[in-house]
Amino acid sequence: MCLINVKQLDVTYRVGYKTVFVLKNITLDIKSGEYVCVIGNNGAGKSTLIKTILGLEPISRGEIKINCSKNYISYLPQNNGISLDFPATVEEIVLSGTQSTKNKFKVLFYNKKNKIQARVAMEKAGINSLAKRRFGELSGGQQQRVLFARAIVKCPKILILDEPCTGLDHDTTEKFYELLSRVNSSDKTTIIMISHDLTAVKKFASKVVILNGDLKFCGSVDDWEKYNFCACGGNL
Amino acid sequence: MNINEIVNILSYPFMVRAIIVGILVSFCAALLGVVLILKRYALIGHGLSDVGFAALSLATTIGVSPIYVATPIVIIASFIIMYISQSKKINGDIAIGIFSTGALSFGVIITAFSKGFNMDVYSYMFGSILAMNKTDLVVSIFLSVIVIFTFILFYNRLFIISADEDFARAIGINIRFYQFLISLLTALTVVVGMRMMGTLLISSLIIFPAFIAKKFVRSFKYLVVLSALFSILCFVLGLIASLVFDLPTGAGIVLVNIIVLILCSVINCLLCIRKVAS
Repeated sequence: MCLINVKQLDVTYRVGYKTVFVLKNITLDIKSGEYVCVIGNNGAGKSTLIKTILGLEPISRGEIKINCSKNYISYLPQNNGISLDFPATVEEIVLSGTQSTKNKFKVLFYNKKNKIQARVAMEKAGINSLAKRRFGELSGGQQQRVLFARAIVKCPKILILDEPCTGLDHDTTEKFYELLSRVNSSDKTTIIMISHDLTAVKKFASKVVILNGDLKFCGSVDDWEKYNFCACGGNL
Repeated sequence: MNINEIVNILSYPFMVRAIIVGILVSFCAALLGVVLILKRYALIGHGLSDVGFAALSLATTIGVSPIYVATPIVIIASFIIMYISQSKKINGDIAIGIFSTGALSFGVIITAFSKGFNMDVYSYMFGSILAMNKTDLVVSIFLSVIVIFTFILFYNRLFIISADEDFARAIGINIRFYQFLISLLTALTVVVGMRMMGTLLISSLIIFPAFIAKKFVRSFKYLVVLSALFSILCFVLGLIASLVFDLPTGAGIVLVNIIVLILCSVINCLLCIRKVAS
């Protein structure tokens, strides 16, 4: 089933009287259960693409169809979106991921089910022992796990990640990718991830998207091999 | 002034009104202050209080009860400031600067044209406990209950929006609605509090308690609770100080807040040093 359908997408911004294209004529389909890795050089429009899918950036032309409610989409941002001096415990942050806009008339307090969901997510991310700790005093890897737990707490159908392993050490990165792979295979969550880690992309991805302002490549890892795993748009 | 005299004064009807409204305003301001300082919107309260000053000057000139004129004007101004702040071309602080100086000069010009500066305007700017009549009391209680009830109802949403706006938007939460809700609640708090605290000092009720409480807490929930406690404590001590030393009420409360801030900063430093040493 086609879950996300991007059709002739342009994203632009204006500098004075000039229109600058960040993304030009992008057309791609993402199916349910796929593990999609988006790669490309800096400034290639990777973050813009996922932010446009999430509705954080406006579309200049074209359309994006998402065949599920926004309640089933989750997001792990590139730079930790939470300021380090923000006073919140790990539990509070993970619980906040259970919020939904499904029922507008529902009281906005957390119920027992939400608390169980949060505990399960923290268990999956291996951060149960950190539940009462302040988010800002955790290490980078632990913070990333907390945000990951928040992202998976609702068992989303689509999980979008923007360079989730930036700044993490080798072991933590490995563990994180394995965690992600488990979520993809056991919960059938569709994953869209921006990554510069080509080894991980080759190992885990079912589809590779290469951007350089426009779409340079979209296909399986086997097809990508024909291009010698070229990661930048220039040689494709 | 001995304790008996203070207790005597505190039992006068105007003082009872001032204490009820003061505690309610301190509570509302502390709740909102948490969201406003975490979202870096702390100066919105200051901009709105200057708009409140213009509204009060206008109300005095045309002879209408200030709260009826100030409420709609401050609410509309809060929406405009929030709308302009969302624009990528204009920063929020510029929008607040334009509004606050513009409103202040508008208020001063109206006052100058009507009857010049007098005690009324002085008490508007720096606060007076004599300012509250019975109608003000009823309206203030009504507006405060709206603010407190709305804050509790949307507590979890306000948490996620303060913590990570991009994530909240990504999961489908209507950020704009909550930004305007925060503006509305701030406007109501400013309107209720500015008679007693003074238009120039009301924003301190929003900024100080949350900032002081933030030094000691690890969770958002405790920040809200501690901020409310600090706010009410500083109000009561400030009110007593203003009676004992014959100070304008608003200035007395701000002074107590500053003393508590300094004390808490020192305690926090000592705690940190002890933690590092151990």
